[in-house]
Amino acid sequence: MATINKKRQLGRQVAIVGAGLSQFGAFPEKDSRDLFVEAFQDMVQNMDHGLDVTDIECAYVGNYSSDLFENQGHTAPIIADWLGITPVPVTRIENACASSGSALREGVMAIASGMYDVVLVGGMEKMTNLPTEGVTDVLASAADGLYEVPAGLTFPGIFGAIAKAHMDRYETNLDHLLKVGIKNHNNGALNPKAQFQQTITAMMERRKSRVQERGQTVPDWQTDMDFLNDAQANPWIAWPLRLYDCAPITDGASCVLLVSAEIAHNFSEVPISVAGIGQATGKPLHDSDELTSLSAAKAASQQAYDMAGVTVANIDLAEVHDCFTIAEIVASEDLGFFAPGEGPRAVDEGRTALDGDHPINTSGGLKAKGHPVGASGVGQVVEIYHQLRGEAGARQVKKANLTVGITHNVGGTGGTCVVNVLRRES
Amino acid sequence: MANDFNSHTFYNKLKEDRQLVGVKCTACGHLSPEPRPMCPECHGFDMEWHQFSGKATLSTFTCISVVPVLMAEKGYGRDNPYCSGIVTLEEGPRISARINGVDGNNPQSIKTGMDVILDFDDLDIEFPSLAFKPA
Repeated sequence: MATINKKRQLGRQVAIVGAGLSQFGAFPEKDSRDLFVEAFQDMVQNMDHGLDVTDIECAYVGNYSSDLFENQGHTAPIIADWLGITPVPVTRIENACASSGSALREGVMAIASGMYDVVLVGGMEKMTNLPTEGVTDVLASAADGLYEVPAGLTFPGIFGAIAKAHMDRYETNLDHLLKVGIKNHNNGALNPKAQFQQTITAMMERRKSRVQERGQTVPDWQTDMDFLNDAQANPWIAWPLRLYDCAPITDGASCVLLVSAEIAHNFSEVPISVAGIGQATGKPLHDSDELTSLSAAKAASQQAYDMAGVTVANIDLAEVHDCFTIAEIVASEDLGFFAPGEGPRAVDEGRTALDGDHPINTSGGLKAKGHPVGASGVGQVVEIYHQLRGEAGARQVKKANLTVGITHNVGGTGGTCVVNVLRRES
Repeated sequence: MANDFNSHTFYNKLKEDRQLVGVKCTACGHLSPEPRPMCPECHGFDMEWHQFSGKATLSTFTCISVVPVLMAEKGYGRDNPYCSGIVTLEEGPRISARINGVDGNNPQSIKTGMDVILDFDDLDIEFPSLAFKPA
């Protein structure tokens, strides 16, 4: 056990010098390779000094299940071909919804090892080909197929069970969960790449006007909470979780360019350092020490904080894995922003909002930005990159000296967690 | 050396003997309801069968309305959600299971902490699942 807690260092420092995102949403005409090229184009066109694509020496792409979603295995060489970089080695990394978080980690270590100087990492997922039931089955296969899935547990079901345990143990209630979604939609409304660029209130008003156009009785919703508490508008998915507690089914891709720190200024005026990386595994929920926490998130964040030499007090903002609203609350506690059980109150008090003291999911999070599972981990890094460079537009965090941001990317129901600490160097 | 500490045996014992049978590590005594060839605690390889009593308490649960394909074929769905959860066995370990004999449309009526026992009323021979019901 002693070696697990050892403080680790990279062999040499690594920086991010470019970041790109495809549009997130439902795109029936596009395949995952097209989405990846779209993210790559977004990255290249926004790099400070442009990019000679032939400089890329190696790549890692996160993808959960092109096999089941698109009937396409072995996606890595296809990405190489579509970027025109064959014979550069490209490796697909699968760690469920943490696939690209893990891909980034591999890229960082490939540079830190001294083997490569310029490595592309990213992720993509094309999910909307399947109907909801099919997607439910594919996502459930990230849980234990022998002992969780036969028990009827789905992906939302396991997080529903976590939510129930949190409600039993602490003062957490259904409104707390809904408020996480409202907050993330407020941020998503400011993100031009998001799947849902609307506040919950705006979605409610749109529903009302559609009903009115059809000449039907307009529901008596006065506030967003009225709307969210209407079982017709916001049906149960896995009690205590409703539709608006769940991240959507999304097509999308993300990528960032990693280089060794000593050459970073050849590519970027403001490179962002990868100051700390952490990754950990966890057991199925029933075998975890606690039903209200993900042990892998605690372990991964500790590794990343130790490597970067930061504490929670140094962290200016975070992108966390809100596949479900309860997951953001649990993450905010596992990462140390709030004591166990204090996450819900922090949401109530607006502490995690864009102007709060611990802004979480400024991008809109997985809930509003969208959750193309294999792309989500690097998608989080893209947001922190833009925030730390002060180029996040309408959703830019207004803190002075924005310096340190973290990402928290969960695979499955906590079997994997990847945490990265990113830093703008002065 | 070959052994049969695996899920195949687990589900066979469940459906043929109507027993919850897991394993115990002969070195450290660690109990696991899921048969496994290696102890996750002390890393020993000397496991033996252990029959659990089938008595447990309900630790947490969810009522699932958006259901997997297999459960849809059994008639579950938006109008007929089913309950799944995690139970703590009398012997200590926890395990995921279907929770039968409760009203999936009325989660408020389902109480964590309640006593549950193994249930075979709804056992699917082709796709067996571990299930409990209120004691």
